[in-house]
Amino acid sequence: MGRSMAGNGRLTRFIIRRDFVRLFLWVVSISVVTLAVPLSFQELYPTQEQRNVMAETMRNPAMTAMVGPGNLEHYTLGAMTTHQMLLLTAVAVALMNILLAVRFTRAEEEAGMTEMIRSLSIGRSSPLSAAMTVLLGVNAVLAIVLWIGLTSLGIEGMGSSGALLYGLTLGGTGLFFAGVAVVCAQLAESARGATSLAMIVLVGSYVIQSSGNVTESVMIWLSPFGWVTSVQPFSENNGWPIVFLVVSGVVLGSIAGILQGKRDLGSGFIHQKPGRAHASAFLKTPLALVLRLQRTGISIWAIGMLILGLSYGSVLGDLESFFDGNELLANMLTGNSDRPVAEQFLPMLMLVMAFIATIPGILALHKLVGEEKKGRVDSVLGRRVSRTQLMGGYVFVAVMNGVVMNSLAATGLWLAGRSVMAEPLTIATVFGASAVQLPAIAVMIGVSSLLIGIAPRWSSLVWLYIVYSFVTLYLGSLFQVPDWAARLSPFGWVSEWPSESVNWMAEGGLLAIAAVLVVIGLFGYRRRDIL
Amino acid sequence: MPILDVKGLTKTFGKFKALDGVDFEVKKGEVFGFIGPNGAGKSTTIRVLLGLLKRDAGTATIFGQDVWSDAVEIHRKIAYVPGDVNLWPNLTGGEVIDLFASLQGEVNGKRREELIVKFDLDTSKKCRTYSKGNRQKVALVAAFASDAELFILDEPTSGLDPLMERVFQQCVEEVKEAGKSVLLSSHILSEVERLCDRVGIIRSGVMVETGTLAELRHLTRLNLYVELNSPATDIGQIPGVHELVKAGDGWKFQVDGDKLDAVMTYLSKHGIRRLESAPPTLEDLFMQHYGDVTGRAEAGDS
Repeated sequence: MGRSMAGNGRLTRFIIRRDFVRLFLWVVSISVVTLAVPLSFQELYPTQEQRNVMAETMRNPAMTAMVGPGNLEHYTLGAMTTHQMLLLTAVAVALMNILLAVRFTRAEEEAGMTEMIRSLSIGRSSPLSAAMTVLLGVNAVLAIVLWIGLTSLGIEGMGSSGALLYGLTLGGTGLFFAGVAVVCAQLAESARGATSLAMIVLVGSYVIQSSGNVTESVMIWLSPFGWVTSVQPFSENNGWPIVFLVVSGVVLGSIAGILQGKRDLGSGFIHQKPGRAHASAFLKTPLALVLRLQRTGISIWAIGMLILGLSYGSVLGDLESFFDGNELLANMLTGNSDRPVAEQFLPMLMLVMAFIATIPGILALHKLVGEEKKGRVDSVLGRRVSRTQLMGGYVFVAVMNGVVMNSLAATGLWLAGRSVMAEPLTIATVFGASAVQLPAIAVMIGVSSLLIGIAPRWSSLVWLYIVYSFVTLYLGSLFQVPDWAARLSPFGWVSEWPSESVNWMAEGGLLAIAAVLVVIGLFGYRRRDIL
Repeated sequence: MPILDVKGLTKTFGKFKALDGVDFEVKKGEVFGFIGPNGAGKSTTIRVLLGLLKRDAGTATIFGQDVWSDAVEIHRKIAYVPGDVNLWPNLTGGEVIDLFASLQGEVNGKRREELIVKFDLDTSKKCRTYSKGNRQKVALVAAFASDAELFILDEPTSGLDPLMERVFQQCVEEVKEAGKSVLLSSHILSEVERLCDRVGIIRSGVMVETGTLAELRHLTRLNLYVELNSPATDIGQIPGVHELVKAGDGWKFQVDGDKLDAVMTYLSKHGIRRLESAPPTLEDLFMQHYGDVTGRAEAGDS
């Protein structure tokens, strides 16, 4: 080692100082969610009887595939938290480590910062080892915060040793994926390539875990997430898979070090294959460009929405037993109790899915602002392309995203519901309940268009409006938010079909407002300076 | 009628006046050099001409049409190369060139291939991997492969090596020969001197000088070197003489164009043994317009 590690300490401190806020926010947000969930479970399912009902609804392959196996026989608050949260939180921690590790290594190298640093009296291995040191520290801090935090909640069934294992499982997962990411950062030539490679490992691990746990095969030992689901903190407290995670993480980190020693600065082991020398026949219009630039994101969202629909649909079969046991959730249902529970529950599910479907719509539209900030709009508008045509393309893709994503979620829900329900929902019921949300999604896209056209600097305000809508409508049904507050959101005007009849006036009004907002936005975009 | 006509063009950003009554025109078949240091207003002017910024006052027309309201129509016959070429990282250079051609309307496939070879561009690489020079090549190939009547080039060579600068100059000469017009913004003065028929100098949003190089040279100082028979100690006192230095047996200095006659009369009285004159370079011209800014700063210091 010797001089190749020179300056390691200084670089480590530098990374921490530079990215402190980022690291802090990651750790805090993961910790807050982890600590909030058992508290809300305690609130929602105060008795063991209610928890047993919950356990019954979890007893299906779709749930096992999604969150892994759980101790359903002794479904204490601790076992419940582990079952429903540990694997998903592990995915979030893995994601955090991948993004941070690539940021600290390949992204720095790509941007030319590593070259500057290596020209100073800093060892060759130091940038990598400093990155690993920081990530080791972040995961350790996360483990300790969760251990202390979960213990101090003082919830029955959540002891200190379970809390320690819970924290260590997540920290270990983090270290493992930090190792994966730094290896990927050596293999790929770009930050984007390294992130994609590591994400493939993440998704692959998750899929292996899903099929392994559903079929109860030894396959789960091939996946780090299989190790995660084997720990079962607060019930089995089986700690040794954590050793696997930590040791593999360290080994991967060392492999990255060896690989780095074998390559030149700026190069990788996987070379990018040459792309097209000519544009395809499709790539000819501004709209085609928008679709081409966003196709990866759109595909990922589409798959995600389908999975979301499938997972919601898979619980429909157990709904009745679920609601009998939980008064608080039953309150969220909309009157009219002579209809089947699934139908009463449908508007709420559709509302949540519509909120989520709004996000890819707004994201697509916001790419226009991003293009403007990156100075790429000039090259398009400097040609025979009108501003209306350009922004119109983005609005079109935004609306398309909203409609397609919302419908894909409905499709997933219908497909899963058909296989788990004794009396499945009809296709018309599902897609009708989904379609009544579309005018509200359109209004959100309209608000976003208006901001981009008139006040581009404030274009992010639309996210606040979406959060406001979500809070007042979704949580509002729990906490008795006044009617007028919900009516300030377009989603507050959506009919709760099939529980109540469709208010065509309101739906039509929303569409009209959306159209007006888009037109004003387009008009504003035509008149303003391109920044 | 000029291809491009700008009168009294004014643009403010908040309280900052970026352009203050800019006037110039570009005639058909002419290469117009638009020079000035960074921040003088070159790119702002160009972005107004492209209809990306809305002017606050004045008129600006291209092909007789308004640059703001008829932008799309005008762009049919315009090729634009921005100073800072930003491309989509996940498209290849070839894809971008073809996309630009499609957005323009006219595609000249043969010319495209020729230019790619000339500029030595690897079009199968993603734009993410391109250097600034390579991104500029993408924009230049797209521009020169088009069938435009007016080329608006904003510091197009700032990232190119001297070989590629040469290729660029050939391209400009070719389009000029074809009777097309060019607005070339630059701060590489040798390039402007070589290519441009007329020049406009912009400073702090104001066009301080426009004209042919010959006309501008007339306004500027001549570099002189003289050796005299009898010693003349008071050359520095003659109005119109600047930067006097003793050089070997003689004197080196600059003379204002309109004071040349008086200076020569004075010098001939002392018997001229040797006289060398060099035409003012654009650099001298430029320094004359911007030099006094530093001169004032120095005066303020002392």
